[in-house]
Amino acid sequence: MPAVSKGDGMRGLAVFISDIRNCKSKEAEIKRINKELANIRSKFKGDKALDGYSKKKYVCKLLFIFLLGHDIDFGHMEAVNLLSSNKPAGGYLFISVLVNSNSELIRLINNAIKNDLSSRNPTFMCLALHCIANVGSREMAEAFASEIPRILVAGDTMDSVKQSAALCLLRLYKTSPDLVLMGEWTSRVVHLLNDQHMGVVTAAISLITCLSQKNPDEFKTCVSLAVSRLSRIVSSASTDLQDYTYYFVPAPWLSCKLLRLLQCYPPPEDGAVKGRLVECLETILNKAQEPPKSKKVQHSNAKNAILFEAISLIIHYDSEPNLLVRACNQLGQFLQHRETNLRYLALESMCTLASSEFSHEAVKTHIETVINALKTERDVSVRQRAADLLYAMCDRSNAKQIVAEMLSYLETADYSIREEMVLKVAILAEKYAVDYSWYVDTILNLIRIAGDYVSEEVWYRVIQIVINRDDVQGYAAKTVFEALQAPACHENMVKVGGYILGEFGNLIAGDPRSSPLVQFNLLHSKFHLCSVPTRALLLSAYIKFINLFPETKATIQEVLRCDSQIRNSDVELQQRAVEYLKLSSIASTDVLATVLEEMPPFPERESSILAKLKKKKGPGTVSVTDLEDSKREGGELNGGGERGPDTAAMASSNASTPSPSADLLGIRSAAPVGAAPASAGSLLVDVFSEAGPAAPSAAVNDDGFLRDLEQPTETCDSLLVEGSGDSE
Amino acid sequence: MRFMLLFSRQGKLRLQKWYTATAERDKKKMVRELMQIVLARKPKMCSFLEWRDLKIVYKRYASLYFCCAIEEQDNELITLEVIHRFVELLDKYFGSVCELDIIFNFEKAYFILDEFLMGGEIQDTSKKSVLKAIEQADLLQEEDESPRSVLEEMGLA
Repeated sequence: MPAVSKGDGMRGLAVFISDIRNCKSKEAEIKRINKELANIRSKFKGDKALDGYSKKKYVCKLLFIFLLGHDIDFGHMEAVNLLSSNKPAGGYLFISVLVNSNSELIRLINNAIKNDLSSRNPTFMCLALHCIANVGSREMAEAFASEIPRILVAGDTMDSVKQSAALCLLRLYKTSPDLVLMGEWTSRVVHLLNDQHMGVVTAAISLITCLSQKNPDEFKTCVSLAVSRLSRIVSSASTDLQDYTYYFVPAPWLSCKLLRLLQCYPPPEDGAVKGRLVECLETILNKAQEPPKSKKVQHSNAKNAILFEAISLIIHYDSEPNLLVRACNQLGQFLQHRETNLRYLALESMCTLASSEFSHEAVKTHIETVINALKTERDVSVRQRAADLLYAMCDRSNAKQIVAEMLSYLETADYSIREEMVLKVAILAEKYAVDYSWYVDTILNLIRIAGDYVSEEVWYRVIQIVINRDDVQGYAAKTVFEALQAPACHENMVKVGGYILGEFGNLIAGDPRSSPLVQFNLLHSKFHLCSVPTRALLLSAYIKFINLFPETKATIQEVLRCDSQIRNSDVELQQRAVEYLKLSSIASTDVLATVLEEMPPFPERESSILAKLKKKKGPGTVSVTDLEDSKREGGELNGGGERGPDTAAMASSNASTPSPSADLLGIRSAAPVGAAPASAGSLLVDVFSEAGPAAPSAAVNDDGFLRDLEQPTETCDSLLVEGSGDSE
Repeated sequence: MRFMLLFSRQGKLRLQKWYTATAERDKKKMVRELMQIVLARKPKMCSFLEWRDLKIVYKRYASLYFCCAIEEQDNELITLEVIHRFVELLDKYFGSVCELDIIFNFEKAYFILDEFLMGGEIQDTSKKSVLKAIEQADLLQEEDESPRSVLEEMGLA
């Protein structure tokens, strides 16, 4: 129990909390709370002025009730009154948590804060600064943004206040950057990096890092200061920094922050500074190889935190091959570490390393370890990282292997990540396809394994590629035909199959096993299982069959003629059936052949699959090199005859140069893929209707998550006992 | 850091500190979602996971889960140690801290957290300094009841 004497014990509060905990049901709890609220309300309204102790007690009770999840709509005034007492902490806490936009109150609060800021008493100043930082509203920024920098750099400000001022300013800058004008304070703020007090430096760095991201030129003098500071820390003995040594690691937080700050800038131009920095980084990498000074996990976490941040910096600079390779090796070691956390972080870091040209090859050497992780890791987040890394390290040399591994992973993957995996496999398959029959196989496999998660963009794309490449059309027709034989095949497979057989069924019609009638029967056997858009697609395939295989005309017309088609309740299906039937009856073979001519090749546009992946994962996932690469590769897409030595030569170089020529698909994914040929007028309506958005992730079950109030089961177990938490 | 949550294994929220302005409704939703995800994880799994566009770092101490949400570019391992440092501070202050201490002295817990982290960033990593600041503030609260002098209130003393 508390070591500090609890003169302001607030027994009333403790009793109230006990009461709540002892409530056996939600209803009882609400009842007790309402009773207390009524009590507090009457006390606040009452004639007798409350003494400071009572006021504080009631304000805390209100706070407790609010934090339990109930709304509080009074008490602000009393909280504000507390600010001018000598126990303002409770009042400040209340205000920070229950922000109120009543302008009268805001004026009073700001007044109280202003008083405290100018009070010269460090405790009150800090409380005021905390409140500003916690609320961080625009009004506060307007009121105080000019005052705080002054406090920050004033010579007589106490260290603890300086710390608070720095971070408070940071908060205000984040919410209202236009109101925080550094101008005259810039150099003094940068100079804080040299302050004696490590706490001040720690706080100042956070501020400077944020400011230099927006105004790098103004703050660039911080770079050399940061390097010398870092250098001093890294080379210090563990006894030097005393209080700032954490489990034998000197100033880990400060080191990490310095390394972060340096990531806002390119490598230092000054030779001496750069040399010192490289030395630092090498020291950090060296230390990682030394035996640990302590068995505690805190020691290794702190040490490794610095190591990972240093590696991030090395990756960011991307200019020291020696360091990059060392970093890669270090990460490679972590990939097999006992601790799950380290394996996770190593996989994450390597992803960024994979895109650097210096280290890409080094990363690839770990492919077996990563594949193994994908297969054997028990933690799904680690498996996902492994999948991400495989995606990042994929290139011509290992594409087939990686795609195969990702496909087999997909069979057992979590549903929440399947869509993303599908997109990635599709992108890789297209990007690194030398042999397009492999590409077709891969996409069809995707549909077979994870059909529900194969979005439109993916199967539109495979069709476009098949249409654009003569050399793979026969293979596609054959493969799709075989795939459709499966007793239970996914609807997306039927869509793809229907379209391809409709266009290229003639290429396999020679074989009696895939004669026209067999093809038709195969497709039609799936008809009644499919949704309306798919059936519409199939009807179009049928009329194409009539054109391709006149011997099937009678059979197909029979189907089109039956009631379930021409009197179908769906307007689209009915219209198609009727029109196709008519077309097949009255058009001469020439007209029919013209109308149902083979689809012309699609024009090159940007890949919509990449766009979709980017949208899904958020910006920064798909690197620019990815997109440029795909632009370059896209040039190979069109025209079957360009395969061979040319593409092989292009493939061997990994460096990506933006090609002025081809992009892939149109970002306008709404554009109907099966555009009607001009000569047909409006006969062939939009084949591919727009599907709805992807299914939302599993909804959180709102009701009853915390409904049943169990008896309090919190133990008196001390939090910091060995083995009371999770062991690694 | 975007926010920090402390909750028990039964899903009772003991402390919540938000470092960005968020609507109450959204806070509740996020808390529920996160609690479900974290509580479902098994002991040997790693302490990090991706959630929405943030990274979540969590660690269990006895019956309490400490859970922080940090941004894409923040360092996960050092955040784990931020959590540990916070627990150490609580431990020093309360003397062998347990969950009950945090329940009954929640305003103190918030206060300690505020001294340690401000706006989501560490103020001071020295255990001594932070505890000293808290001690001083405590002493101030122990002083007598009378309000500060009128002059002080007007900012003239």
